[in-house]
Amino acid sequence: MERRRLLFIAAIISVLVGVAAFVGSARVPPLQIIASMLSTTLAVATPLTLGALCGVWCERAGVVNIGIEGTMLTSAFFGWTAATALATFTAAPAGLCLLGGVGAAVVSAMLVGLLLSVLAVTFRVDQIIAGVVVDLFAVGVTGFLNRQMMFEHGGLFGGVAPQSAGVMPHVRIPLLADLPVVGPIFDQQPIAFAGLLLVALTHFVLFFTRFGLRVRAAGEHPRAAATVGIDVRAVRHRSVLIGSAIAGLGGAYFTLESVPSFEPLMTNGRGFIALAAMIFGNWTPLGALGAALLFGSAQALQINLQFFREAIPESLSFLQQSSIVGLLPYVLTMVVLTGVVGRTTAPAADGNPDDGRG
Amino acid sequence: MTTPTPALACTGLTKRYGALVANDAVDFELLPGEIHVLLGENGAGKSTLMNMLYGMSAPDAGEIRREGWTVTLGTPTDAIALGIGMVHQHFMLVPVFTVTENVMLGAEVTRAGGVLERRKVADELRALSARYGLEIDPDARVDTLSVGQQQRVEIVKALYRKARVLILDEPTAVLTPQEADALFGVMRDLRAEGVSIVFITHKLREVLAVADRITVMRGGRIVGATTPSETDEAGLATLMVGRDVSLRVEKRVAAPGPDVLVLENVCVEDHRGIEVVQDLSLRVRAGEILGIAGVQGNGQTELVEVVTGLRRAARGRLTLLGDDVTRATPGHLLDAGVAHVPEDRHRHALIMGWSIADNLVLGRHDRPPFARFGLRRFAAVAENARRLFAAFDIRGSGPEATCQSLSGGNQQKVVLARALSGTVRLLVANQPTRGVDVGAIEQLHREIVAARDAGAAVLLVSAELDEILGLADRIVVMYRGRVVSEVDAGAATRPALGLAMAGGVGAQGV
Repeated sequence: MERRRLLFIAAIISVLVGVAAFVGSARVPPLQIIASMLSTTLAVATPLTLGALCGVWCERAGVVNIGIEGTMLTSAFFGWTAATALATFTAAPAGLCLLGGVGAAVVSAMLVGLLLSVLAVTFRVDQIIAGVVVDLFAVGVTGFLNRQMMFEHGGLFGGVAPQSAGVMPHVRIPLLADLPVVGPIFDQQPIAFAGLLLVALTHFVLFFTRFGLRVRAAGEHPRAAATVGIDVRAVRHRSVLIGSAIAGLGGAYFTLESVPSFEPLMTNGRGFIALAAMIFGNWTPLGALGAALLFGSAQALQINLQFFREAIPESLSFLQQSSIVGLLPYVLTMVVLTGVVGRTTAPAADGNPDDGRG
Repeated sequence: MTTPTPALACTGLTKRYGALVANDAVDFELLPGEIHVLLGENGAGKSTLMNMLYGMSAPDAGEIRREGWTVTLGTPTDAIALGIGMVHQHFMLVPVFTVTENVMLGAEVTRAGGVLERRKVADELRALSARYGLEIDPDARVDTLSVGQQQRVEIVKALYRKARVLILDEPTAVLTPQEADALFGVMRDLRAEGVSIVFITHKLREVLAVADRITVMRGGRIVGATTPSETDEAGLATLMVGRDVSLRVEKRVAAPGPDVLVLENVCVEDHRGIEVVQDLSLRVRAGEILGIAGVQGNGQTELVEVVTGLRRAARGRLTLLGDDVTRATPGHLLDAGVAHVPEDRHRHALIMGWSIADNLVLGRHDRPPFARFGLRRFAAVAENARRLFAAFDIRGSGPEATCQSLSGGNQQKVVLARALSGTVRLLVANQPTRGVDVGAIEQLHREIVAARDAGAAVLLVSAELDEILGLADRIVVMYRGRVVSEVDAGAATRPALGLAMAGGVGAQGV
């Protein structure tokens, strides 16, 4: 990632962490607040990172995916439903139920991805329309099934009280997690760690392997790829499925790692902020991670301020309105998308249905 | 004497697109180690034929043989496997990839886990480029290379795939004369190595310079086969067009009047903010044609956009008939008598789905006589179309047909007819005959000269040196956004212009 953008991200995160430390200093030691901010930032950035990686996979192959929001919402629902059903009807330990939930989330996300790629790649439907279809479809399906299962006709669980599988346990990385201040960064739940691993893996596959070269060729110049015998459609289908599986993990974060419940519309625009993170990260996995951390830190500020709302000085009373601080991720999104912090370049054939056939 | 088995041959090859027969029972033979020119106008069916020989489209009938064996080419992969390589007219290179990545794409060398062996391939490329005298840097990003270098990458790409048959589709269209000569040298070296080459072109001069044998196509059929020793340019032109054509533009000596357009120290930035026209000054006088020569992409497009008001100059001053028009809008300039023939007629000149009659009034559609009180006057539009159809010999099914239905040459006649139908003080013609058949070129050139003789100033931009030499009264050469050479047409020579186009003369001195 270019220097300027990296500096911008570091600067904004430092400022937000500083604000939190300053505001809460009357009640909590600043170092403890800094530790909490850093750890929360990484945690809440997880769905953004995973969503942005989904975007990177799809758009690097030339398929614009604005259905990430819907993909994550769908997988959040099915992941939660599967985990809860396992916990209610089987004697499996909670860990296994959660693992089953993650599997269901990833599979459901891939089915949504398949819907998108069939529309966009096979039938060359306008990709914006296809993405909107996915988003609306997800809102409808999850909302409807959620209502049916929970409240109508005795629900999915046939009158049996659903058993929650809980959320993923924290995993401490030995030694690192014991460090002062930065220690909590290494004490996270599994999906957060998986996000970081997938960033590295995506970077490696995209830039160092044959498959990655072909994905990028499909997104930059599909006709050139076709003339050397590459099946652009197949490459795009695979890319969208891989990306969607990653977004499925991002969906699982909401209901299996963050909170043990599902609510309609609970992704709350995170899929779209993930798209912004992908753009600000210049369609690279590492850039996407940086941008996701930037937006994550804004959300972390909102969460941390709630802990010591009463400690906020009179002169900063506007910060007591958590809705104002809650706007921050969206405001930041708009600012970075204007391009004032360096221009980004999309893959040349991003959104272009041309696949070199006919 | 027995004829050797052709490296590549086809018999009865036929391809239809709807009612159009693009290739009608074509027989073609490429002998081993020969340079075989396939000559024909745009739309003659050359590219259709080659696409079938490269597996890009499937023939409706006929047979393809590689070294005597009948083959089926379903995809380019099949062709590549049979040692057939193609260099496309529009390069098939990924601009943001390195040379190595581009060459290996689709034929990657990997170690375990599909990890790319970039260094190994780069070393192979160095060996390959040394062997064939094709100088390339394997680690350079393609978008930093000149067009000539990119073409070398395309050739190396084919050779890397062990191509023994090389199809070059209009390879010289984007090259300077010197680059074209260098390409011919490479082609001869390849021939010496036993590579058989199909060279597709419509430039007659090149045919005679490089061909062993020549096959001419017209209207989807083979209409003749000959060799350079048996024919000359006029003979080839007649064969290609089907009738005698004049290759020379008839015109009187110019009688230049006062300055119409004056540019002083104009700088223009492109969409990336990079200065693509630098400190450019020139003047065009009434009754003369100023030709701007240069390889595409040296700032000509942006210069034309500034002159026609489509883009603002970053610095400098433009004067039209004494008025400062540096910040004038396209509409204002149109009213002031600036007529524009844009570079890309599909994107910037015509609304393809509209009728020819409507296209012929575009730009003046909202004023008398074509509209009154905000309502269109269809009688005037129709009358205008009737008049221009006759005056410009537009051949189509009538004014109400869409522009889509016209051939490229007739579309271009519509563009020129519209441009010249008002009061013209300055005609800006950018690549006015690109993709147009020889017959129509003749007529378009006559109309441009007629506009000059009627007192208009003409700014002609063309990548075709023949067009510049044939039409212009004065010639400037643009290279990297600057004027590197200015000569009277009478004193201009092809080698000197070619050298200037490559930045060889004055480029350092300016």
